Amino acid sequence: MNPLTLQLRERPAQRVDMSAFTPDRLAGMTPDAIGHIALWQGNRQVPAGDLFRVTGTEPADIRIEADSERLDWIGAGMTQGSIRVEGHAGAYLGRAMRGGTIRVSGGAGPFAATGMSGGSLRIDGNCGDFLGAPIPGERHGMRGGLVEVRGDAGDRAGDRLRRGTILIAGRAGDYCASRMIAGTIVVLGGTGTHAGLAMRRGTLLLSSAPDLPPSFNDNGPQDLGFLTLLADALRALDPPFSELHARGTRVRRWLGDLGYDGRGEVLCWV
Amino acid sequence: MIINGIAIEHTFAEAFGMTATRILITAQNAHWARVAGATMTGFATSVIGCGVEAGIESEIPPEDSPDGRPGVSVLLFAVSGEELAKQVERRVGQCVLTCPSTAVFAGMESEKPVPLGKNLRYFGDGHQIAKQIGGRRFWRVPVMDGEFLCAEYTARTSAVGGGNFLVLGRSREQVLAACEGAVRAIRRLPNVLLPFPGGIARSGSKVGSKYKSLMASTNDAYCPTLRGQVESRLGPEIASVLEIVINGLTEADVREATRVGIQAVCALGAAAGIERISAGNYGGKLGKFHFHLRELMA
Repeated sequence: MNPLTLQLRERPAQRVDMSAFTPDRLAGMTPDAIGHIALWQGNRQVPAGDLFRVTGTEPADIRIEADSERLDWIGAGMTQGSIRVEGHAGAYLGRAMRGGTIRVSGGAGPFAATGMSGGSLRIDGNCGDFLGAPIPGERHGMRGGLVEVRGDAGDRAGDRLRRGTILIAGRAGDYCASRMIAGTIVVLGGTGTHAGLAMRRGTLLLSSAPDLPPSFNDNGPQDLGFLTLLADALRALDPPFSELHARGTRVRRWLGDLGYDGRGEVLCWV
Repeated sequence: MIINGIAIEHTFAEAFGMTATRILITAQNAHWARVAGATMTGFATSVIGCGVEAGIESEIPPEDSPDGRPGVSVLLFAVSGEELAKQVERRVGQCVLTCPSTAVFAGMESEKPVPLGKNLRYFGDGHQIAKQIGGRRFWRVPVMDGEFLCAEYTARTSAVGGGNFLVLGRSREQVLAACEGAVRAIRRLPNVLLPFPGGIARSGSKVGSKYKSLMASTNDAYCPTLRGQVESRLGPEIASVLEIVINGLTEADVREATRVGIQAVCALGAAAGIERISAGNYGGKLGKFHFHLRELMA
């Protein structure tokens, strides 16, 4: 396997739309043809070859080497294959992704995993606000798949999450799991204020007691068997997510947001 | 053919196509898993009167169970997918949902789903919670000891039911002891079920009856008390006959279980009071699976 590699020639002056570079869209294209793809940079289009040095032959396995936070829409709409980013990703990373894997060695900008419905997305650094949230005008956030953030996440992580799993090894900002519809969010490094605000259903699993809105009721200590299944399902990941089974199944549980259906749960390992 | 002084009759067992599922029941400890498994497989000896043939296949140690707790694996066989689904739902709903500390999971995968928690979830009266984990959907139903966790579906597969062999001997005690040994040997095998009480049936049947309403009646040719009155298959030395009925997920499973069972009986030898091994069939016209005893034991 000789991965298709895109090396950024120099840091772009404007933001670049990278949505052309997915295994689906590049299937069957030669590196020369890929170099002629017109990319939006700011308000004008430029050939991809002007921005990137294109090498390699295997578009199912794309490698992006770029030390810039201006590369937006990486992996947008992808359904298969893999994209590995050596460096940072911009906004809308993995937007509407339906399958395949994306791994970013650095951080990512806002709106990562928005509209995502399948596949897996791993961010080794921090990510911006609105992880897995809807973009303005959308009714739902992420609808499936797995997101791992090894650093911290910004505000509104998991806003309107509909289905799927978001794992955050570091801290999550304010309003984590706000307006959450269903799905699972695990935060191992603590959350900001107003976690779970307007949450309807779903699970927010934490390692430390959260700052919840007053519209959550304390459900007391519980022993929940499904946590074993969840931990087992994550066992194949790297630590710390592979080690959740060691935390057991005993949690303190809060139910809410009682102003919005109130069937969501916030769990904290005891 | 004679093995260890025991004659193997030149005949065959005739078995039928069935459909089967496996579910896994876990609980706080092995005792309660066994209780749930035994309860849901009670009154499940024959599809004729019970709708399903079911039993505990094996015990599952915590390290192999889906939720890290001790459990049992239960096999259920029925004549149709519809009947199987009905029985699974009814039995899990009445016997596992009600049993303290239990959870229930799918024990096999196939393209033919069998609802498990799909409808049982409504017991939660709107408080049930769906959880999608590892691509599968589970239901968390609030109950008085916490939560009843169950998979939404298990699956079913085509299977073989009605494999059998008959053990003929000089006394009831001796034949029963030999059959008990055979049951112990067969129950070590995976994918097989011995649906009758203790794995052994004494009321082998023939097709039809003098009474119009009955589809089957006692297998008079093998009843010692009818010797001399009907066309008996029993010589004067035979005082008792017992049958071991074997259901399996595949033809090979039934074949191997039959071989292992007969081997266990033959290991005791004629000195243990066993005279003959035979098998039940209907002339080969009804069931599509035939297990020829001498071929099995060759």
